[in-house]
Amino acid sequence: MADPMKIRAQMKGDVAEIRILMGHAMETGQRKDAAGNTVPAHFIQTITIDVGGKRVVDGQTGTAISRNPVFGFKMKGAKVGDKVVVNWVDNKGDKRTDEATVA
Amino acid sequence: MNTTRRTVLKGATASGVLAGLIAAGALRPTQVLAADWNKAAFDAKDTSAALKGLGAGTAAESKDLILKVPDIAENGAVVPVDVTSNIPNTSSIAILVDKNPTALSAMFTFANGALPDVSARIKMGQTSLVKAVAKAGDKFYVAQKEVKVTVGGCGG
Repeated sequence: MADPMKIRAQMKGDVAEIRILMGHAMETGQRKDAAGNTVPAHFIQTITIDVGGKRVVDGQTGTAISRNPVFGFKMKGAKVGDKVVVNWVDNKGDKRTDEATVA
Repeated sequence: MNTTRRTVLKGATASGVLAGLIAAGALRPTQVLAADWNKAAFDAKDTSAALKGLGAGTAAESKDLILKVPDIAENGAVVPVDVTSNIPNTSSIAILVDKNPTALSAMFTFANGALPDVSARIKMGQTSLVKAVAKAGDKFYVAQKEVKVTVGGCGG
């Protein structure tokens, strides 16, 4: 199981700012290790964010996202106490779901 | 974690039971699986092929699509990108790098109050144009900016 995500969701006026830090190697499949062998690609492919039980963001990512990805999103219509559920799945089928509440 | 779903999963000895529940709407499949990964678009080697994979044949330049990237990135492995669309009804935003081995970096679809605004950190192999492509209604819009990379972030 991968490292837990760090999720921060904060109301700024009527807009909720959601920031997510994921722990993932995000291997491109182009890098070679010390022995000269290609390191196989291993990267997050899909990301979903649900706030208050509703799907807010549906994302797809490729190999060109940096290691330990950070994403920031904004939404209207959220309120303090709403549950934020973030989920990702990578190309090897590993997945991780973490939750936070809007503050 | 959805506790009801867990109970259901435990109770469902045959996968048919689960499929039946999904069909009946008791379990919302959107919460189990995200949309399928768009392999054609992400495997595309150049921008035009990637855009074709996204269904965006032609995109018009728009000043209402704001792409914030650094002019010079010292480290190509971590390039901060910020895209904000002021185009009404923007439903999705994609980020592309022209000269990366695969052009498409990421795409996001917004719903239920999410603003068409995303920030991310991407890898860049070399100095290249970075493009943001937004979909609003049936139309596509593009904004682009060059980022100079001093150390690439894709190779060894």
